[in-house]
Amino acid sequence: MSGMEIFVLWLEAFITLAIFSFLYKDNPVYHMVESVFAGLSAGYYIGLYWKSIILQQLWEPMTRADNPKWWLFIPGIFGLMMFTRLWPKYSWISRIALAFVMGSTAGVFLITQLHGLVLPQMQKTMLPLVNSKGLEASFLAVIVVIGVISTLIYFYFSKEHKGFLGVTAKVGIWFIMISFGAHFGYTVMGRVSLLIGRVQFLIEDWIGSF
Amino acid sequence: MLKNSKIIPILITAFFLFLFLTVEPVLARDSEESAFRTERINALVLVLVFSAAVLLYTRWAKQGKTLFVRKIPGIDAVEEAVGRATEMGKPVLFIPGLQELDDIETIAAISILGRVARITAQYETPLLVPVRYPLVLAAGQEVVEQAYTELGKRDAYNRDIVRYVAGEQMAFTSTVNGMMMRERPAANIFMGAFFAESLLLAETGNAAGSIQIAGTARPEQLPFFIAACDYTLMGEELYAASSYLSKEPLMLGGLKGQDFIKIIIVILILIGVILVSFNVGGWYYKLFEMA
Repeated sequence: MSGMEIFVLWLEAFITLAIFSFLYKDNPVYHMVESVFAGLSAGYYIGLYWKSIILQQLWEPMTRADNPKWWLFIPGIFGLMMFTRLWPKYSWISRIALAFVMGSTAGVFLITQLHGLVLPQMQKTMLPLVNSKGLEASFLAVIVVIGVISTLIYFYFSKEHKGFLGVTAKVGIWFIMISFGAHFGYTVMGRVSLLIGRVQFLIEDWIGSF
Repeated sequence: MLKNSKIIPILITAFFLFLFLTVEPVLARDSEESAFRTERINALVLVLVFSAAVLLYTRWAKQGKTLFVRKIPGIDAVEEAVGRATEMGKPVLFIPGLQELDDIETIAAISILGRVARITAQYETPLLVPVRYPLVLAAGQEVVEQAYTELGKRDAYNRDIVRYVAGEQMAFTSTVNGMMMRERPAANIFMGAFFAESLLLAETGNAAGSIQIAGTARPEQLPFFIAACDYTLMGEELYAASSYLSKEPLMLGGLKGQDFIKIIIVILILIGVILVSFNVGGWYYKLFEMA
């Protein structure tokens, strides 16, 4: 192992342990590593935005000789508008770009959700309750239909959840909680595997190099 | 004479009608392809019904008709949490998620931030808003400044209330965790899109003794918030929060319009289930097909 490789290995181990030290309590070593991490990420993102957005997605397609996309100057101007925030007197100009982003996001989201989620979900819920595939298929269809409808009812805000609506909403919250339980278990497995990766690094790579 | 607000939708409709009647036949003749995705008319119909419902409810709200919205405990807790922070003389920490401004959850979070800022401005409670993206920083600064200005507390506004922390997900998380342990906010409000950092943030806030309210539409993160926070807004409740907090007729109209669409969806599903169960629903099933 070269001197540089040993340095990098020790640095990695030090940073990992410094971050883990937060589990005991907030301390100056954690504070230092946290600041280094934040500073590094700010620098990294400036470089990333410059290369992947300003150069690759704006400047190069706009200025290339073959079929230049000159109309990209419009989003370019929107981008420049954001820099007016540096001068409080003119910062109102940046609101135009912000309004464009927020407005277009709401519009695009409405369509993509309808297209990708609402309509397909509605279609997949239309299952035959009397199924030729047998009792099991019919049972599953009943579960899906009740689950979707009761969950939708839970998110109905225009009436108090009392009487029939209350019972349906309660069934809905049971469905929601069962699905959260499944998600919880699944995600915890993923997090534990991340921890195992770090511990493996400390034991096998770092301590193993002694 | 028609007001501007009435002319604009008429002009937009006229523009699309003009396109449909003039451009569409020419394109269809020349390229034998329609300029319109006619297979997506079902989505268009739903958008039109949804828009009509929102406009109708907004109109009723403006006319003074009372629009009932049931109590949502998680949203009511926001005001309580800020009140607690005021009593303790400690700040309120608000995180508008970890996504860019082109995510609808972030927009919902920014909208809620505006409401929270109005409450903190009113009580002169310190507010901390760490953000991950420059556009969210700009939008956050705008809504917080507006809230302070509207309440006549412009002098109490400081641009550093909303601050850029770090672009990298875990760098952001480690900095905010440190902030929670050092500043000891009395209330942490997490609204918007969260990912692997949800439990890291919520657990640290819990260890710091803060009252915590979270809201996200990410089903994989909600269990963590439910486990570690005092109140959690689930999915649709996040989008309803801003309207609920504002009580403004315009916003409540939107919320009621959404509820109307939910009922329409339930009815459409039930019709579909009945038709499919009797084996006569093939045509109906196809109406919901997306190309």
